[in-house]
Amino acid sequence: MNRTLTFNIFRHRPGDPNSKPHMARYKVEESYGMTLYMALNVIAEEQAPDLAFDFVCRAGICGSCSMIINGRPGLACRTLTKHLPDQITLMPLPTFELIADLSVNTGKWMRAMSERLETWVHTQSDPEVNRMESTMEPELAEQIYELDRCVECGCCVAACGTARMREDFVGAVGINKIARFRLDPRDQRSDADFYTVIGDDDGIFGCMTLLGCQDVCPKELPLQTQLAFIRRKMATGGGR
Amino acid sequence: MKTTQPSPWPARLDLAQSISGLFLALFMWVHMFFVSSIILGKDAFWIVARTFEGYFILGYAIPALVSMLVALVSSIIIIHAILALRKFPASAAQYGAFWSHMRSMRHDDTTLWLVQVITGFAMFFLASVHLYIMLSRPDLIDPYGSADRVWTGNMWPLYLTLLFVVEVHGVVGLYRLALKWGWFTYGSPKQARERLKSVKWGLTALFVILGLLALGAYIKIGMEHAREAGKLYTPSWLQEKP
Repeated sequence: MNRTLTFNIFRHRPGDPNSKPHMARYKVEESYGMTLYMALNVIAEEQAPDLAFDFVCRAGICGSCSMIINGRPGLACRTLTKHLPDQITLMPLPTFELIADLSVNTGKWMRAMSERLETWVHTQSDPEVNRMESTMEPELAEQIYELDRCVECGCCVAACGTARMREDFVGAVGINKIARFRLDPRDQRSDADFYTVIGDDDGIFGCMTLLGCQDVCPKELPLQTQLAFIRRKMATGGGR
Repeated sequence: MKTTQPSPWPARLDLAQSISGLFLALFMWVHMFFVSSIILGKDAFWIVARTFEGYFILGYAIPALVSMLVALVSSIIIIHAILALRKFPASAAQYGAFWSHMRSMRHDDTTLWLVQVITGFAMFFLASVHLYIMLSRPDLIDPYGSADRVWTGNMWPLYLTLLFVVEVHGVVGLYRLALKWGWFTYGSPKQARERLKSVKWGLTALFVILGLLALGAYIKIGMEHAREAGKLYTPSWLQEKP
């Protein structure tokens, strides 16, 4: 028999002066294979047409539908309701600017982090667009791709005790990006260069290895390994 | 690309925190083995105590050698505490943010960090008492001297608390150190962490049990020796035969 799920959802529109933060309750009949994304659509279609939540791909690729699900960050589209109890509490991701209800502006935070850490390929000379790109070993390309799978959903930041206490901390997403560009032979930065952007207590040395990031990453990125790797590199070579 | 020369200090301080923590955690294990030699008998602990006073090299004991070792360990504890304080929440808002995050996440490693903070804070006070006594009266480190301090001196509640605080703080600290720097983390990250967690709980249990047995032995000796409290132990081979 299908369950009746009770959703407690955070509702608030900061842009509306009459809006006050509160929890709203909705009941939904669970269907076979239902995800939270599907349940939210049922609520929006039948009970709360003004409910704000983000989605694009519906398949765990875009990272838009991240939210706090019963206390832990996760993607709504990748979370099956059958794995949750009858009572489901949904909150917007903390740390990020709230747009409305479950919708947060992860893009603003991610852009600021990217600009601060300069997460792009740095070359000494202008690229020659008419020449063939230099080749790369498939194994290396695979390693870079593995880290490049990050969808910037913000779950690692929301799961990080350090980021919750210190808003300037770059989070595992930032440190993973440094690890990705450090691998890339096209990026000509040295460890000393990477140290200038990540070698402080808002960067790798602020990480307290609580590893909430590793445990909630919906893409299962090897964040634990990368955090340790970048710490070793920055501590032994970066600051000299 | 940024061109300003960054400070090397964040890296140095992070390394110093890890190295001082590693030293202290390993020292506490060795210390526990020495302390628990009392389980083997009064003579065994007497030999350990006199060894650190140079008795078996010089032919006579110099308790000040122990004071010097205590001063060194105390200095490293102070350095480690100062470095660790950088990571403590610095305001009520930060404590509140971490507390609500921890309760919401229900995540072992996040909760263990608060345990580290609480046990570390407790050690500021508990360890200071013990260290000052060791620094000022190293000559009383003796099967009877130590047992009298534990029982007649009413120090056993402090040592009982200190035992749990130190062992939990030390082992959790080593566990986090291994993950922080990627030591013993072969295999998948999940497997590595589960393996390290098993080792962590095993070592905590081992040292807490060893500590309880040793404390029990000191209490028993202290109770038996209460009437003659203050008198030090003479090893069995030097005792006059009746």
